[in-house]
Amino acid sequence: MAIYNLKVNGQTKQVDVDPATPVLWVLREHLNMPGTKYGCGVAMCGACTIHLNGNAVRSCQLPVAAVTNKEITTIEGLSANGDHPVQKAWLELDVAQCGYCQTGQIMSAAALLKSKPNPTDADIDAAMTGNICRCGTYLRIKDAIKVAAKQK
Amino acid sequence: MEKTKTNYSRRSFLKSTALTGGGLMISFSWLSEFAFAGKPGIPDVGGQFYELTGYIKITADNIIKIFNPNPEFGQNVMTSLPMIIAEELDVDWKKIVVEMGPHDNVKLGPQFTGGSNSVRMYWRPLREAGASARHMLMDAASQTWSVPLEEVTTKAGTVYHEKSGKSGTYGEFASKAAGLSIPKGIKPKDVKNFNVVRHSQKNVEGTKIVTGKPLFGMDYTEEGMLIAMIHHPPAFGMKVKSFDAAQTLKMPGIKDVFTLKLYEDGFEQAGFDTRSFNDLLVVVGNTTWEVMNARKKLIVQWEPIGDLTEKKNNFGRKQDVVIPGALESSVTQYKKMQDKAKEPATLLRKDGDPETAFKNAAKIIERTYTAPFLAHNCMEPMNFFAHVKDDSALLIGPHQAPGWIEPTVSKILNLPADKIEIRMARMGGGFGLRAYGHYVVEAALISKKIKAPVKLVYSREDDMTYGIYRPMYTATYRAALDANKNLIAFHVKGGGIPESPIHQNRFPAGAVDNYLAESWEIPSNITIGAFRAPRSNFNAAAEQSFLDELAETMGKDPIDFRLELLKRAKENPVGKNNEYDADRYAGVLQLIKEKSGWGDPANKKYSRGVAAYFCHNSYAAHVVDMVKKDGQPYVERVFSAMDCGIVVNPDAATNMVQGAVVDGIGNALYGGLTHKDGVTEQNNFNRYRIIRMKEAPKKIEVHFVQNDIDPTGLGEPPFPPVFAAVANALYKNTGKRVYNQPFNNDLITKKAF
Repeated sequence: MAIYNLKVNGQTKQVDVDPATPVLWVLREHLNMPGTKYGCGVAMCGACTIHLNGNAVRSCQLPVAAVTNKEITTIEGLSANGDHPVQKAWLELDVAQCGYCQTGQIMSAAALLKSKPNPTDADIDAAMTGNICRCGTYLRIKDAIKVAAKQK
Repeated sequence: MEKTKTNYSRRSFLKSTALTGGGLMISFSWLSEFAFAGKPGIPDVGGQFYELTGYIKITADNIIKIFNPNPEFGQNVMTSLPMIIAEELDVDWKKIVVEMGPHDNVKLGPQFTGGSNSVRMYWRPLREAGASARHMLMDAASQTWSVPLEEVTTKAGTVYHEKSGKSGTYGEFASKAAGLSIPKGIKPKDVKNFNVVRHSQKNVEGTKIVTGKPLFGMDYTEEGMLIAMIHHPPAFGMKVKSFDAAQTLKMPGIKDVFTLKLYEDGFEQAGFDTRSFNDLLVVVGNTTWEVMNARKKLIVQWEPIGDLTEKKNNFGRKQDVVIPGALESSVTQYKKMQDKAKEPATLLRKDGDPETAFKNAAKIIERTYTAPFLAHNCMEPMNFFAHVKDDSALLIGPHQAPGWIEPTVSKILNLPADKIEIRMARMGGGFGLRAYGHYVVEAALISKKIKAPVKLVYSREDDMTYGIYRPMYTATYRAALDANKNLIAFHVKGGGIPESPIHQNRFPAGAVDNYLAESWEIPSNITIGAFRAPRSNFNAAAEQSFLDELAETMGKDPIDFRLELLKRAKENPVGKNNEYDADRYAGVLQLIKEKSGWGDPANKKYSRGVAAYFCHNSYAAHVVDMVKKDGQPYVERVFSAMDCGIVVNPDAATNMVQGAVVDGIGNALYGGLTHKDGVTEQNNFNRYRIIRMKEAPKKIEVHFVQNDIDPTGLGEPPFPPVFAAVANALYKNTGKRVYNQPFNNDLITKKAF
């Protein structure tokens, strides 16, 4: 066990965990932020996507020891009131079915729009290919990304 | 959350709740699900509520709360079912509060999500509940104002008496109305006057979903809660012989390691009391990661289970089922199915004289189709919270049918049902898997053993290798044609491991003079369960591919050929018990023909495949438009036609059909689970391929047949025909017919296993 000071959503949080503990579980079970989801544990589904220094990463394969001094943003910190353009677009298009994967999808989409404010279909496919939606809401996800891009 | 368990019959549940329904203080638990329909967020709702039927509560300040009775797994019942009540209650949808109801089959009906039943089984009860509550409020107003009831009207949560100019909110009359008895025979609205139902309403939990609020069972936590994981055997047919947990117990955060039996010997399993592994090797600790990690340090000796007999009581049908103990492999299973298919089988239906017709045929076409096991792969792996005490149990988590598992939990914990509270969390997918109860019972047993609140968590690997799969299926279809290429006989003989897929009374039964359906099964220790449109999801794939090939052989357009058969089935049906309505079936084909521009030369650039199917009392047809993308077949566009009667929430229903199409394409092309010596060869998404965004179509255009029929199924019916539409488009695209799922493998290797 070791003490880590993490920068999460603009705040410093202290946790005492094993250095190998993935950020996913630190967020969910030590910092009480369950918006980041467990889906596969092998970085193949994207449900656990967070931003690390602004980039979308899979938190299930990211040891806590590797993220000190880096800015972590989770779905809880993406916007103050759930009004990030991507979140708004998700609501406008009523994207979700079961909803479990959607926070990860939103985090991937938000990172994409940061680096490419007007993404092409191919850009969207490339950025979102790591996020599985078992309910099959991909069309609405893609449309919502385009709606969000226009809002920006 | 209050719980009223009585011995009242279901029929009387409306009445009973009115009589017991005084006011009560509502306190919201951490996981309780509620939201303003119009202003998503977490309202601060407290105060005295008056109950008008079990589904509706109103405060004097006119805060109107509607309970969704049914488990939510993405089919959007949290929104659509309250919409039905709101419609009849006559309230402003944007101002009501929606909350997940408690598990209470007396007050809130059957409460199960499965068989595309949610809307169709609640349609009438919820309309009745809404209309009755509205009537009670009007009655209360009429008494208060001393005016005739006939002169009282309502609009958007307010009661009016036009003559005297009096008006008052529902809240003003809620207390009085709650004391009235529930009226009988109140006529619901004319469907032509709907202004909530049939109008798209946003998901009431949308904001909570996009902001990551704790909605799911996996998110549940409370003070003192421990985490448990079960170390399953590495293969079907194996069990724990002995284990050494010394290293595991030394790991940080680990509390205990022990074995438990899921069911005691001789336990009579109800229909959804599944088990793949009965001896549970359990690791308990403080956090999920610690338990996951420590579990790897277990040293376990496994041994074969051998043949065993399970006592089953499937809704009254008692039988002893022998489960063979041998370790199974897909290659040998496929061979077994081929051999079994040659043996005499169980006759399911026979019309006319198929033997003679085949003997006299000018041409016989015979094709065999196969499909592998499929894993449900809900994005949220199985989990459940349990806190079992000496005299009560609290269970919280994702389950499709709490009322089916409660009697089992009651029996196993030796607690009366009214001492067991089950709270329904939003489910991260279900697809049929969460109708089964093993993980709920496991959580309860673990909590009882450790005397503490505990959340049982399955890892993705645990989830994918546990079983309860879509069965392995095969079917051989034969058609006899006369010299003029008329279809004179049709024969299907199918089976599966361990369940047969055949629906003998479905199309084209009823449309062919000489018809034969036969079935067989091969037992297995690999467990199976309902998977989105069980059996149908294979039958449609096989039968609708076969009809496509048959139409081609007969020189007919595939849609026209089906329409001809349906005309026959309508005008002069063969045999009895045909399940489908030929008119509605033809209706979706005609609609898809029109909407897809079936004959339009502009669509020649696409490899087009069509298929249709009937199940869950609904009708679906798709036209799949395929192109080559990066040298690979790619479904670029899909047109879908659905007849599911009245569509409660059109935009959400469209979403559901689009999702079913994507799910169908994915499973048709990539889905498959194989075994070697009992070991499931795919245990995570690096080996089990799920469709991803770049493989999803660019457009899925959904059209609903407009009629006023009471709602029929929606979540499942559009799924099965997608497989065949994809297969038929693949043929156009590649020149090769595919017979074995997943088609992507079939295209490459010609062998499914």
